[in-house]
Amino acid sequence: MLEVRDLKVSFHTEQGPARAIDGVSFDVAEGEILGVVGESGSGKTVSLLAVMGLITDPNVVIEGSIKYQGRELVGLPAKEMRKLRGREIAMIFQDPMTALTPVYTIGWQIAEQIRAHNSISAKQAEQRAIDLLAEVNIANPHEAIHRYPHQLSGGMRQRAVIAMALSCNPSLLVADEPTTALDVTVQAQILDLVRKLQKNHKSAVVFITHDMGVIAEIADRVMVMYAGRIVERGNKVALFSNPLHPYTKALLDSIPLLEGERPRRLKSIPGSPPALLNRPKGCAFAPRCANRFEACASVPVLPNAGHDAACFKVNP
Amino acid sequence: MLLAITRRLGQMLFVLVGISILVFLIFFATPGADPSARIAGRNASPEILEAVRKSFGFDQPFYMQYLIMMKKIFVTGDLTSFVNRGWKVVPAVFEAIPVTLSLVIGAAVLWVVFGIIIGTVAAATRGSWLDKFLMVLGLVGISMPVYWLGEVMNLVTQSRYHDTWMFSWVPPLGYKNISTDPRGWFLTLIIPWFTLAILYIGLYGRVLRANLIEALQEDYVRTARAKGLSETRILLRHALRTSLTSFVTLFGLDFGALVGGAALLTEVVFDLHGVGMLTYNALLTLDLPVIMATVLYASFFVVLSNALVDVVYIFLDPRVRTA
Repeated sequence: MLEVRDLKVSFHTEQGPARAIDGVSFDVAEGEILGVVGESGSGKTVSLLAVMGLITDPNVVIEGSIKYQGRELVGLPAKEMRKLRGREIAMIFQDPMTALTPVYTIGWQIAEQIRAHNSISAKQAEQRAIDLLAEVNIANPHEAIHRYPHQLSGGMRQRAVIAMALSCNPSLLVADEPTTALDVTVQAQILDLVRKLQKNHKSAVVFITHDMGVIAEIADRVMVMYAGRIVERGNKVALFSNPLHPYTKALLDSIPLLEGERPRRLKSIPGSPPALLNRPKGCAFAPRCANRFEACASVPVLPNAGHDAACFKVNP
Repeated sequence: MLLAITRRLGQMLFVLVGISILVFLIFFATPGADPSARIAGRNASPEILEAVRKSFGFDQPFYMQYLIMMKKIFVTGDLTSFVNRGWKVVPAVFEAIPVTLSLVIGAAVLWVVFGIIIGTVAAATRGSWLDKFLMVLGLVGISMPVYWLGEVMNLVTQSRYHDTWMFSWVPPLGYKNISTDPRGWFLTLIIPWFTLAILYIGLYGRVLRANLIEALQEDYVRTARAKGLSETRILLRHALRTSLTSFVTLFGLDFGALVGGAALLTEVVFDLHGVGMLTYNALLTLDLPVIMATVLYASFFVVLSNALVDVVYIFLDPRVRTA
């Protein structure tokens, strides 16, 4: 349904072009949940913002191809893109505290999106908003539509944001760390909700997070990103049971185990991710990798099928 | 709500009492300020001085003089001028109020409308030549002193180009009563309105532009974009709506000050006998009763307009409602 090919996103800066995304290709199939995992700055959010056409920085250059249901999105006129956004492709953002306009009720904001894409009366839109709020398990939806964002808790706001994203039955839902700003019990509820809604609405979901635990909970397939590239991709079970890329291994090693002997210290990855303007020439992870060898001086390729990793140890 | 109103009234009372005492003290208790000497004139004999002192009540203690003056303003309303004896001050202020209100309200409408238009257009086209042009225009407006601009306006519309088609409609200077001559009222005030508003249009346009650009960086604007709304709708319904709070704060302060007499330069230049002019003339002759009355009136309006701003806040920002 969504085909991204060789996507490159760079920003003009005073120190020259900064390539945030460097040749990313992936597919999202109808009705699946794709987990995108990576550290801050790995490009996971930027690549999906590029898909949404939501990068407003005037210094941005987007190359490559993004095809949504066969339609090319790179270079699509803003007006056409706007018709897709919110109706076909919807997005949930990280911080529900700031994602809603403070001066309007949540009912108004949901109805606004519905009416932007469908020609229905205000009354019908309000009824639909009530139904949506009920669907995301908000108590007393009749009353809740008249609430302002500041009158709701974080979890409630995120539910309202999700209700808004689902209001036009999008076939693709991009969730950008929707649970990061919430506390753990609310996180679990939101994850359950996303899974339930994904089944009911049959939408495909791209779930961005830096939390391997959340990925294990929700994703069908997983894509691991590092320094603007995809380093490993595969089915969730395969990837968790048999991680190929040293970065994925290291990420999984840094999670504390529930059973067995507790290590004195958790393993951490030495060094820090490379700066945007100063990325290594070859494999970006090489400087932090214990298994690096001569070949790592050139860029490893990610084979385009099944469970695989962009690493010369895996694909010599 | 009742509590808020009571608190406001208390605040107003506090400000009025404080300011009146301050004005009174400045007038009487500053060194070398002997009002009877000033009223009696130069080289007055001690007998005349004594007579003046008695006749104006300056021989009484300060607090008695203060209380008598307050009683004459607020209770009996028969406070008379020190300079033109017998000229009643309170009716004079009430006569001047409609002039000042006409001038300031008209200018306020202009500067709010044009300020919003200029700020919004500049923010929508930020970085473009139009944005730069509007901002330079705003700066020019802010930089022109109102007395100079007013005189230039008068020179152009009353004298140099008065006989051309452009300005032949401009009536002579002075205020026309709105109830007896609404057309004349409107025509005489057009030039003063614009003259007074230009400074504020520039100021408000620039402030609003900055606020809008800040608001456009907010997360909720990104959400609005993700919803597929048009840029115009995002700008007007989301960014502008949340940016209006600081606009209203500024407006409350400026409007209150202007109604209170800060439009005096415009009033003097265009010969409008408003409160500002009254204060100005009273200051020239150091006519305490008039100064006292106009200053009290001014502080009343400053507090009142700030109270109105608080009410507008409640409409603009739901977060204030519950607090």
